[in-house]
Amino acid sequence: MSDSKSPLDAVEEGPASSDGGDSGAQASTGSPDDHPTVAALLEAFPDEVQRYRLNAGDQYVVWIRPDRSHEILAWLKNDPEHLYDMMSDVTGVDYGGGRPVEVVYQMYSTTHGLALRIRCPLPLDALEIDSVCDLWNSANWLEREVFDLFGVTFRDHPDLRRILMPDDYAEGYPLRKDFPLRGRFSRAEQTRRALNQDVERFYLAEDLGHGVPQEVESAPSPAALESGAPGAEREGEQG
Amino acid sequence: MATKTVEFGVGPGREMGPGGVGTPSPLAPFDIPEPDIGTERMLINIGPQHPATHGVLRLVCELDGETVTEVTPHIGYLHSSFEKLGEYRTWNQIVPLTDRMDYLAPLIYNCAYVMSVEKLMGIEVTERCKVVRVILMELDRIFGHLLWLGTTAIDVGAFTPFLYSFQQREKIYGLHEALTGARITTSATRVGGMMADLPDGWLDQLLDFLDNFPKTLAEVHRLLTGNQIHIGRTQGVGAISADDAINYGFTGPNLRAAGVPYDVRKDRPYYDYETYDFEVPVGEHGDCYDRYLCRMEEMRQSVRILHQAMARLPGGPINVEDPNISLPSKTDAMSDMESMIHHFKLITEGIPAPEGDCYMAIEASKGELGMYVVAEEGGTKPVRWRVRPPSFVNLSVIPKLAEGHLVSDLIMINASLDIVLGEIDR
Repeated sequence: MSDSKSPLDAVEEGPASSDGGDSGAQASTGSPDDHPTVAALLEAFPDEVQRYRLNAGDQYVVWIRPDRSHEILAWLKNDPEHLYDMMSDVTGVDYGGGRPVEVVYQMYSTTHGLALRIRCPLPLDALEIDSVCDLWNSANWLEREVFDLFGVTFRDHPDLRRILMPDDYAEGYPLRKDFPLRGRFSRAEQTRRALNQDVERFYLAEDLGHGVPQEVESAPSPAALESGAPGAEREGEQG
Repeated sequence: MATKTVEFGVGPGREMGPGGVGTPSPLAPFDIPEPDIGTERMLINIGPQHPATHGVLRLVCELDGETVTEVTPHIGYLHSSFEKLGEYRTWNQIVPLTDRMDYLAPLIYNCAYVMSVEKLMGIEVTERCKVVRVILMELDRIFGHLLWLGTTAIDVGAFTPFLYSFQQREKIYGLHEALTGARITTSATRVGGMMADLPDGWLDQLLDFLDNFPKTLAEVHRLLTGNQIHIGRTQGVGAISADDAINYGFTGPNLRAAGVPYDVRKDRPYYDYETYDFEVPVGEHGDCYDRYLCRMEEMRQSVRILHQAMARLPGGPINVEDPNISLPSKTDAMSDMESMIHHFKLITEGIPAPEGDCYMAIEASKGELGMYVVAEEGGTKPVRWRVRPPSFVNLSVIPKLAEGHLVSDLIMINASLDIVLGEIDR
């Protein structure tokens, strides 16, 4: 805790982040036999499972490597022993201090009444993981949110755009620990950008960015021609 | 000019024509000229400022005539960065952020958050606290459903249920105010207990509400359930199958209307919900009408739970008796040295958490509300506080539900999902 600092200092510094490296909790806790899926995962993917942990009394967490995450999650969904048909939540955790950003999947099986949490650490220089949209449609917006707030790219996501922050948000990824609470730009710069925004832009057909190109059978409208299809330039800014 | 071939025939199930059902017409097919009308799709923008979007939601619809071919929801207009703010606050300081998410059922969010933190820290709250929280959560389930009922009815042109339901909501506002001093921003819970115990006479006030509320509900029932206009606007609109509903992440009444009996209170019970006698209503068509029926029945079931909870409400302390978790009384803090030290430590530092994470799912009025907290060893602030927002996931299904429906049905579908933008945008 801060010893001789004013509360305002703590706000400026941000949440205390641990120093680099892993926390001491590398060892697995709990017994895999208590949770059938954990035991089965250890057996089916011994090289992919990094560790497992029993948290908060009765919740099992399994850390897996990101390379074959899609395969493992598909197996969890489709294997008749497990059938995790409900992807409740996809989110991210950033511990700061150069530690990997973790993507967290909360799954529930309505057939077996089992819940499982999968965490997948991604090194900061390779924030990429396969999308699970093709398995669970509920992951669509949830992954977009992780992309928006943590900057994790989901490969083969059908529509990876920012969702909570504006499309042209240029300050980075807000939920990363290195992001200051009040934003990267000064308040004056934020105001300037807001005032300079072309409000009409977000109301043009070309600007919707559905991921699917809009089908216009007749000639494009004069308004679209005049604006010179601004959608194309915006694509590059997203990444 | 293009032509269209028209074949005459007798439709299945119709008993006309000489040959009975399914007889091909003796008339030969022939071509009629088809007028060369424009086939350009039209884009229409609804919101962000529009009463029918129930908040600052923007829906961009692509229309073929009056039929919606594609809906693109745009959210984030109310983004307040609650989760980021939470990382700068101690565990108890986050409570006021939670009720600002779902301001239509704030107590559920207060309770869900502290339940998750208590589970992470391994704190077992007192029996009285459990029952009080069950009362508050069920009360706010009615509170949230009533708002949905009133505003949804207004969206299909029925004004009276709106007045009826808001009259009842006003009573619940009164109960909130008597308990917490605030009507919407309740912040009633603390880690390890409640801000305060129930005030004198509060249960009588609640009983008074419970006596009158079912009558109002029955009146609304009579106004809407058999109403031809209401049925015409809701039946078969925005239907989804059970498998799709699960796959798209539907939870709460929206999921149960599709025929999946998943209720967190029954399937992953917390706070002894398994000992309460209540039914989980399940629909079969997954359309707007079934969602309406499910919510109406849920309100009746909540009344049942409330009666049972009031009957079993035990005495005893409401906060855990651990000076490292619960604040001492103000009198003690001012007169007793040890209490003052605990008070000081709790306010300035907060409660240390063990290393780990915890995902606590509860059944909110909108669906499965998950509170996910991640802590480091001894952390008095969360490393990550994540809210699994039920409305957020429910709203993401709207492009699928609205496809092929009329624009007016889109309004009904959006209303039937029971979204609250404060929680979607967070």
